[in-house]
Amino acid sequence: MISLELALARRDFSLQATLELPPTGITALFGPSGCGKTTLLRAIAGLERACGRVAIGAQVWQDDATARFVPTHRRPLGYVIQEAALFPHLSVRANLDYGRSRSGAAARAASLDPVVELLGIGHLLARRPATLSGGERQRVAIARALATRPQLLLMDEPLAALDARRKAEVLPYIERMHTELALPVVYVSHAIEEVAQLADHLVLMDGGRVLADGPLSDMMARLAQPVALGGEAGVVLDAVVGERDAEWQLARLDVDGGGCSLWARDHGVEPGRRVRLRVLARDVSIACEPQPATSVGNQLRGCIEGIADDEHPGLALVRVRVGGAPLLARLTRRSAQALGLAAGMPVWAQVKTVALMER
Amino acid sequence: MTAEDWVAVRLTAQLAGLTTVLLLIVGTPLAWWLSRTRSRLKPFASSVVALPLVLPPSVLGFYLLLLMGPQGPVGQLTQALGIGRLPFTFGGLVVASVLYSLPFVVQPLQLSFEAIPARALEAAATLRAAPWDSFFTVALPLARPGLLTASVLGFAHTVGEFGVVLMIGGNIPDRTRVLSVAVYEHVEAIEFADAHRLAAGMVVFAMLVLVTLYVVNRPAHEARGAAS
Repeated sequence: MISLELALARRDFSLQATLELPPTGITALFGPSGCGKTTLLRAIAGLERACGRVAIGAQVWQDDATARFVPTHRRPLGYVIQEAALFPHLSVRANLDYGRSRSGAAARAASLDPVVELLGIGHLLARRPATLSGGERQRVAIARALATRPQLLLMDEPLAALDARRKAEVLPYIERMHTELALPVVYVSHAIEEVAQLADHLVLMDGGRVLADGPLSDMMARLAQPVALGGEAGVVLDAVVGERDAEWQLARLDVDGGGCSLWARDHGVEPGRRVRLRVLARDVSIACEPQPATSVGNQLRGCIEGIADDEHPGLALVRVRVGGAPLLARLTRRSAQALGLAAGMPVWAQVKTVALMER
Repeated sequence: MTAEDWVAVRLTAQLAGLTTVLLLIVGTPLAWWLSRTRSRLKPFASSVVALPLVLPPSVLGFYLLLLMGPQGPVGQLTQALGIGRLPFTFGGLVVASVLYSLPFVVQPLQLSFEAIPARALEAAATLRAAPWDSFFTVALPLARPGLLTASVLGFAHTVGEFGVVLMIGGNIPDRTRVLSVAVYEHVEAIEFADAHRLAAGMVVFAMLVLVTLYVVNRPAHEARGAAS
């Protein structure tokens, strides 16, 4: 468990955060610019002196109650920022070795090869940072942090300075790192697409406060302050490819938690592999009875958990629990009224489109 | 050139070399502190460092004479320590030169330290480098152009000083008669040919040093342009 209790006051800004974060997976700190997410990250690293307590499992990095403050250079963490702060006077290899040679015996004894391979930077080792592209620099920065064998990786908008193409170049490496290493990551971002694609746990921040936090799928399916994804409310679900139907070029995706399987276009992902899905509220409709004649391929039996007003006064947002999966459906308030929808009511959710996010 | 002139050349080189080494030792931590501090003392400290730039050398020399003289606090200290009196000795020249050339070493160093982004040092800290460690492995290498400029300017400015040297060192052959004073001597004695030899040599030396400095410290993109 990563437990944080941090407060910091500046003239025009204050931060107040109490959080328990899971010890594995990627936790996203998400919020608008200036909401304090970077300050919180810096305080975890000890780069910013906040008041309170920071503990990573049994290790206490800061505890004002016992006047304990471990300086940044003695915290086993990795830190990656927007503009990779690679040392310009050192080669890529020397950059990678800089942290590793100063880290514990395990890091010093370990070969650089796995990290170099993971980030695909083998061909860059002899180069100088100035000759690298933005995406390459970011990959070297991530590798440099990983080479110290950190117990926590902090990433501050590592993709924000890159254009869409470079972003697409780096993102798969972060996902690989996520799937291949059991390393907790705290990831600051103001781009919800990135968060939806990478995060397992989401912390919503605004004005220096934590608004809410929880597993990504729950947070995306919140009715109060739904997290808009590309301007659209929708849920993000983790699933396993169950089977592939060669005849119709479809794949069955079994959502984590059981009781919910969705058919989607086959993207060639092998059965057993994990995928992340995105289901927009506008692509989900609701019926009280199963519809015998419809083009919608996914009809799922579920139960209404709640109904809320949507942004437009003519629309309502309905949350339906299908097995382990929360879904959001957007309908007109007139339809909701006509069907007599209410919390607790069993309904059929019809899912028209399931988008597969690369994982 | 006369044997005496060669002695002056040797003495000048010794004085400038020793002064530069001492200035780097003293000036580097001072410049680092000035570049990082938020102390209220900073404007005061910066002004003291910059004083030799604006004061006439004679003013500096006058007060140094008083300080290091038999009745001055520094003079009493050196006498108590058994070093003796500093004025009109090579040691006195070194002390005066260090003070007089201080801004030429501290200011370029401070500028290059200030140009190092905070994130570079923070990155070093997140890579387990203690502050001392990151100073030597990140800050100093990144400040290399500043170090070079500081060394060259410190050396060259010490070679070129005249007023302070004359007041503190006088004109004692083999002990305090440096090049600039030797040129003055030759001119006073109407030995223009000798004066020329020394003066022209100094012009060539200064030119060589400065051209080397500007070539070495050229921004990387200009250097590449010239190479291709």
